[in-house]
Amino acid sequence: MRGSITLEELTVSFNGVRVLHGIDLAIGPGETLGLVGESGSGKSVTWLAALGLLPPKAKVSGRVMLNDRNLLDMPDSKLTGIRGGRIAMIFQDPVSALNPMLTVKRQIGETLALHRGLSGAAIKAEAKRLLDLVGIPDAERRLNAYPHEFSGGQNQRVMIAMALAGQPDLLVADEPTTALDVTIQAQILDLLALTQRETGMALVLISHDLGVVSQVCDRVAVMYAGRIVEEAPVERLFEHPAHPYSQGLMGSLPAIDGPRRRLTAIGGTVPDASSLPAGCSFAPRCAFAETQCHEQIPLLAGIGRDHSVACLVSEAQPSAAIRYSRQKEQRIEA
Amino acid sequence: MSASLLHARNIARSYELNRHIWGNASVVHAVSDVTLSVGRNETLGIVGESGSGKSTTGRLLLGLESPTRGSISFDGRPLPVIGSPEWRKSRTRMQMIYQDPLAALDRRLPIAKQMREPLDIHQAGNLQERETRVSELLRAVGLSDAVARRYPHELSGGQRQRVVLARALVTRPDLLVCDEPVSALDVSIQAQVVNLLSDLQAELGLAMIFISHDLRVVRQVSHRIAVMYLGRIVEEGEADDLFARPAHPYTRALVSAAPVPGTKLGGRIMLRGEPPNPANQPSGCAFHPRCSAAVARCKSEMPALAELGGGRKVSCHLAGSPSENQADPSPARTRVPLNPVEAASEDVA
Ligand SMILES: Nc1ncnc2c1ncn2[C@@H]1O[C@H](COP(=O)(O)OP(=O)(O)OP(=O)(O)O)[C@@H](O)[C@H]1O
Ligand SMILES: Nc1ncnc2c1ncn2[C@@H]1O[C@H](COP(=O)(O)OP(=O)(O)O)[C@@H](O)[C@H]1O
Ligand code: SF4
Ligand code: SF4
Ligand SMILES: [Mg+2]
Ligand SMILES: [Mg+2]
Repeated sequence: MRGSITLEELTVSFNGVRVLHGIDLAIGPGETLGLVGESGSGKSVTWLAALGLLPPKAKVSGRVMLNDRNLLDMPDSKLTGIRGGRIAMIFQDPVSALNPMLTVKRQIGETLALHRGLSGAAIKAEAKRLLDLVGIPDAERRLNAYPHEFSGGQNQRVMIAMALAGQPDLLVADEPTTALDVTIQAQILDLLALTQRETGMALVLISHDLGVVSQVCDRVAVMYAGRIVEEAPVERLFEHPAHPYSQGLMGSLPAIDGPRRRLTAIGGTVPDASSLPAGCSFAPRCAFAETQCHEQIPLLAGIGRDHSVACLVSEAQPSAAIRYSRQKEQRIEA
Repeated sequence: MSASLLHARNIARSYELNRHIWGNASVVHAVSDVTLSVGRNETLGIVGESGSGKSTTGRLLLGLESPTRGSISFDGRPLPVIGSPEWRKSRTRMQMIYQDPLAALDRRLPIAKQMREPLDIHQAGNLQERETRVSELLRAVGLSDAVARRYPHELSGGQRQRVVLARALVTRPDLLVCDEPVSALDVSIQAQVVNLLSDLQAELGLAMIFISHDLRVVRQVSHRIAVMYLGRIVEEGEADDLFARPAHPYTRALVSAAPVPGTKLGGRIMLRGEPPNPANQPSGCAFHPRCSAAVARCKSEMPALAELGGGRKVSCHLAGSPSENQADPSPARTRVPLNPVEAASEDVA
């Protein structure tokens, strides 16, 4: 077993404004975890903080445990050895993450030299194998191409090849398909799922799109305003979303088939990190909010097998979810 | 179908790109031979990959650009020449909503002030009437008077897009062209704007063109949908029916690729290769290099957009034939996927 990674009470502040409020999250070997939430909810910051990739002005506390060692206490030199090696990250915008001045072979080669100790012809052979693996046509010739010579989808494939070069135990993919057409998005997700199964690495997929996450992940964590508000196996979350925000997200999604129904939009907007409401951050938008919700911050607590939710109103629970989502719609329509 | 308000016949738009000073100018055929219409109280959705010509079509339909071929009529009359007084007058009757609301708004003016601007320009009613109209509309899109006093940067993305909508409606247009109006918004906010668009249409009887790459959102708001590929409409039909029984191989692939919450990847049709380049169009059926059903004829002969009955039009040699029969009971999602690695390398051959 290659060890799991556990985030414990991870908090992050920028300029005195707290944007992550204690994230607890664990991912074991070979697991696939999806992280969903609206923009600004803290999905990217969670993993950038865990891997020590935030700018120095960010104040990070808590623990990020890998094999009984806290990554947050590690000197940068050691951390560099882990990043790109045991843990790799793919960023949302491949163009800015790839170096425009270097050929693809050089960029993949750096990882191969640093983390796998390869050199010369071995680098070339392995780089070609990786480009083949991620479905770049004519890999041998394309090794010497620069990022601008590839399409958006191909650059994303190159990013995946680079991430796989260090044979990571964990791959964190941050919105890897958001900028791509659906047809290319399907190709990339298929590729991620395929390599995950073949290499047995663990995968964290960050996305604002519940549909994308459910295509490749077994477990999903839903974030809202810097906290995890629900965590459950994918099927469970879709069948019985327990948190009013998760229920709202489901209702907001139009379907591609079946009868059309009016979308149950969540009213209001995501609060700004610098002026969070007291108590539950979702309270101002929540159709179930009670007095206590405006005073007390709900903690993530188990409500069933592998299912936890952070909500004070006990009725907002899976068995009642359907009844409540109907009520909710009525209240919001009103 | 309702009598059409906007009707485009065989419109095309190409652009010359002067890449090399001495070489020949290359020509990009952004839109070719598009015929479509939309009536009052009706929404026509346009879907397709990036570069398929959706936005260009939108600009042509609004008369923001002239087609290089074909003609467009609005309310029974040809669109006036761009820049002419009639054209300027026609602007109040047709409005565009873009993806980025912040870029569409004037940063220096408070919301109420910039909403009144079109009324001031066209001198519609007295000041009091104009102000009343503005606050009516803000209320219609669910914004308070407090929001009206703020500046664009002081609003959230969803609020901004509502302001853009309200401002577009201020002149009581008959036609709204929405180009990716919710693509930049978060899911929960998307739903607010989508609902709002449907409500406003029901209330005002607007004709709408709704452009998006998100099939789920398009189906939600559209009565009919046109699928574009490389500047042409390859399939058109009634919205629910089109996605339930896509007849064109490209539509099938698009529907199949759309991520459905709670559903694994398995059984998707994987399109090989990249979206095509309009500056370098394949011969015959433009889709043939990526089409798993292609036959010899597809490489040389371009299929015509043919009526299949029930309001469906399809441009594919095999549509309606026994092998690709429309009555095919297997839904698009049960197709066998191609291995992406193998599939992507195939298109080099
Ligand atoms: N003014 C222009 N000059 C040159 N080429 C243009 C111009 N406008 C559009 N094109 C080209 O025409 C083709 C169609 O563009 P269009 O913007 O209509 O695509 P689209 O379907 O809206 O794509 P997207 O989904 O990316 O918005 C593209 O290849 C584009 O580069
Ligand atoms: N470098 C930074 N400086 C200041 N604030 C930041 C920085 N990066 C992220 N934030 C803030 O942290 C919060 C979470 O951001 P992020 O994790 O990027 O959201 P998501 O990935 O969920 O869209 C937001 O309020 C964002 O504005
Ligand atoms: S704690 Fe209260 S406000 Fe928060 S989600 Fe639950 S019911 Fe709604
Ligand atoms: S005409 Fe041929 S290549 Fe084009 S979509 Fe039909 S089968 Fe495919
Ligand atoms: Mg992010
Ligand atoms: Mg466009």
